[in-house]
Amino acid sequence: MNTTNLAEALPRVYEQPQEEKTIIALKDVSIYYGSFQAVKQASLDIYEHRVTAFIGPSGCGKSTVLRSINRMNDMIRGSRIEGSVRFHDHDLYAADVDPVLIRRKIGMVFQKPNPFPKSIYENIAWGARINGFRGDYDELVETSLRSAALWDEVKDKLKQNALRLSGGQQQRLCIARTIAVQPQVILMDEPASALDPIATGRIEELILELKNSYTIIIVTHNMGQASRVSDHTAFFMVDEKRRGYLEEYAPTEQLFLNPAHKKTEEYISGKFG
Amino acid sequence: MLSETLFGTDEMMTSLMQKRKAGGVVWKVVFLFSTSLAILFLLLLLVSVIDSTFGYVAVRNEMEPSQLVAGKDAVSEFSRAELETVLQEHLSSGILRRVLHDKPLQERSKTDLVSLAQQYVVKPSVVRSWGLGDSLLDQKSIEAFMAGNEGLHLTFRSWINWSFFTSDQSANPLNAGVRTAFLGSLWIIMITFVFAFPIGVGAAIYLEEYAVDNKLNRLLQLNIFNLSAVPSIIYGLLGLAVFVRSMEHITSGAFLSSVSDTTANGRTILSGGLTLALLVLPIIIINTQEALKAVPDSLRMSSYGVGATKWQTIASHVLPASIDRILTGTILALSRALGETAPLVVIGASTFISVDPSSIFSKFTTLPIQIYQWSARPQGAYRNVAGAAIITLMLLLMAMNSFAIIMRDKISKKKRMES
Amino acid sequence: MIQHVGNHPFGKKHRPHEVVIETLLFLFALFSILITVGIAFILVRESFLFFADPDVDLLGFLTGKVWQPMIGLFGFLPLLNATLTTSLIAMLLGIPLGLFVAIYLAEYASDRVRGFLKPTLEVLAGIPTIVYGYFALTFMTPLLRSIFGENRVDIYNTASAGLVIGILVLPMIATMAEDAITSVPKDLRLAAYALGGTSIETTFKVVIPAALSGLSATFLLALSRAIGETMVVALAAGAGPNLTANPFKAAETITGYIVRISGGDVSYNSVDYNSIFALGLVLFVITFTLNLVSRKISGLFHQEYD
Repeated sequence: MNTTNLAEALPRVYEQPQEEKTIIALKDVSIYYGSFQAVKQASLDIYEHRVTAFIGPSGCGKSTVLRSINRMNDMIRGSRIEGSVRFHDHDLYAADVDPVLIRRKIGMVFQKPNPFPKSIYENIAWGARINGFRGDYDELVETSLRSAALWDEVKDKLKQNALRLSGGQQQRLCIARTIAVQPQVILMDEPASALDPIATGRIEELILELKNSYTIIIVTHNMGQASRVSDHTAFFMVDEKRRGYLEEYAPTEQLFLNPAHKKTEEYISGKFG
Repeated sequence: MLSETLFGTDEMMTSLMQKRKAGGVVWKVVFLFSTSLAILFLLLLLVSVIDSTFGYVAVRNEMEPSQLVAGKDAVSEFSRAELETVLQEHLSSGILRRVLHDKPLQERSKTDLVSLAQQYVVKPSVVRSWGLGDSLLDQKSIEAFMAGNEGLHLTFRSWINWSFFTSDQSANPLNAGVRTAFLGSLWIIMITFVFAFPIGVGAAIYLEEYAVDNKLNRLLQLNIFNLSAVPSIIYGLLGLAVFVRSMEHITSGAFLSSVSDTTANGRTILSGGLTLALLVLPIIIINTQEALKAVPDSLRMSSYGVGATKWQTIASHVLPASIDRILTGTILALSRALGETAPLVVIGASTFISVDPSSIFSKFTTLPIQIYQWSARPQGAYRNVAGAAIITLMLLLMAMNSFAIIMRDKISKKKRMES
Repeated sequence: MIQHVGNHPFGKKHRPHEVVIETLLFLFALFSILITVGIAFILVRESFLFFADPDVDLLGFLTGKVWQPMIGLFGFLPLLNATLTTSLIAMLLGIPLGLFVAIYLAEYASDRVRGFLKPTLEVLAGIPTIVYGYFALTFMTPLLRSIFGENRVDIYNTASAGLVIGILVLPMIATMAEDAITSVPKDLRLAAYALGGTSIETTFKVVIPAALSGLSATFLLALSRAIGETMVVALAAGAGPNLTANPFKAAETITGYIVRISGGDVSYNSVDYNSIFALGLVLFVITFTLNLVSRKISGLFHQEYD
């Protein structure tokens, strides 16, 4: 990135367009760990500048599908994927694709906040630095922290060790860290499940702001959260052979108020967990 | 009642219970006894070393100080002029020449002259030495011995003293010191570290961070475990055949044409250090692997999440997080190498060497080998210097281990503070 | 910089230095195999030279009762016998004591006692073997001589060395056995207590049998260590092969012999030089086998409980 003006570099704020553009397309994605099939033929489109939520009971493969989008599954020994995952219509699993580069464009925030044991400043600067950032680091740090709604709380202590922040602050720092490498998509794997309700609320507010600049996919077991923040919701289920699959995918309001499938309705009304 | 017929009456139950409990008490006593024995062994070991290091010595002088200067019983009482006269009259021509060549008598300090006169003119030799225990508790037999033998001087001596550290080997236990051996040990450990640390840590990083779980890598892992349990003398044999013999051209320094006075010989510090490096390599690998395993995976995941490569993740995150344990373990491995005797004896440590090591191609001796040689000699006084050398070795090991622990604590503290 | 391969921006970035680093580290790891191969190769090659000597034949080596190179006799039984004697005595002392200390540490010791017992064991484990050798010579031998009589116990004898080797391996046995015992899950103990067992009964009838494979692995490893021990026997057991069943007599072990010969003046192509490698090969095979079996058993143990 050769631009020195970050404001220009950040994706511009969109008014929510009427038509939705597909940015990521999963088609017949099946994921195996060794001989065990974790996900069976999931197909869905993720729309740009929208928040898509993956919900479903434990073990239904929602985190697995999430990780397949930025190829973090590669880290797990014996994992294998069938079907296609396309990003802007490029096959992410093509033989000549470098997964390291994907993770810059598609970032990830994890369930348990995991800042580096370094200073707040260094946490944000490090990712940019290894990706060859040549602009002003101070500006980058400030912009990223502002975007993550953390700047005011830490601007006086940027050199302090990140591990001294509270859980909620650490998670926002991880979001800022992800933003600093300028992705287009941010994947979030239960980002608020380790946080208290107030911190959770702030993360949810942040997600609603962030979707103007990024596309967000969030895995959550908290249905209230899914209905609060997401535009589209994908409901995953497990079949009798313990394989995860996509049961229903619809705009959030529709899925929650008028689900098309019986299982969806049962899950939403708490008939099983 | 059913329970009575199957399990006996209540009285039977009670007496059975007593027997069971009694058995328990007996065993507890056995356990405590064993534990006390273990502690006892350690104490006995320390006591026997200390016992040898301090005690009375009965010394015979070849020439009594009073024979040299009338009326004075100790060389330290001589005046400067008297010392110079004595030295010039009584030193053999060869030794006198060497002494004058090193430094003329006028320039030497009085203490220096005193020790020269002691060593070369008075020439004390040990007739009998006693341990600390005997010296304190059995004074009667010491007195009896002194009464039964003429012309002997009795002094209480601490065999570990400053001159013990600064002198080199000598045929006379009274003059013997560990300087050469101590330096030899340090030089060898340096070589061991230089070779074993990078290779060991590198191999461990590969096995923990890069290796896939396949047959080859499991074989590597098993192989490293087996190597760590191979008797150290086998490493000595390997070193003898490979470093001393096959690689003589390199290890003797001949390839640099910096050959020592005697014929080029592979029994050098370099060979010794390399051999010990092979010995500690498996230990360093296993320890480093443990340290790397202890780094939580979430740290690696967060690094990959921002698009870092594997090596960037390792170098910037995993290694800094584990470096304290790696260094501690390495230092402990090195202190193990410091105490090794058998492999270096097999390699061919010099039996008598009084020249300090000057390069990695020098011949060598080490502290443990010195202890071995002194312990093996039948003359009683050598037990005492061996004891002193053991204390020296233990102090050195304690220093190294303390250093390792202090450094580990310092790094852990630093990690927790602002970075 | 990113190279575009095909029409997408995620082309494989050529990062040569990543590959170089990984290869270098792999070579470092492979080096360890080189060491093992080196050991095996050297020992076998020199042993060949040894057995190629006209005075030496394999059968005579393995079964001969006299080792006197000067008259051409190379029977290694005296050396083997001395090694086994010292090791056996070491195990007789070390295994029971080590096991009891381990049980005490694992099941009964209070935190305070553990607080100074564990460091004691660590210190004992860290003492160089040469110091143990010194201890054997200056303490154990005089002790044995005063208990059993000076005409019964020689100045150099295998009993003294064996006992001290037992003390030497005690910390190792205690530590590893304790690990094995604490690896046994709490549930087993709770089940035994729930049935009304006393703590001793639980220990001996439930915990120890459950930990048996881990304990066996420990004992085998300790035996291997005792067999390979050199400096204690070099100082205290005696110089000169001697086939005897009497532990109070002097006898030279395999390791003692190797150290004595290599420490002296040995010319590279003599049969004496080659003999130390042949003996080294025997030593290596014995200890390697013990270690391998130990590891296998320990692997089974961990499979059960991890």
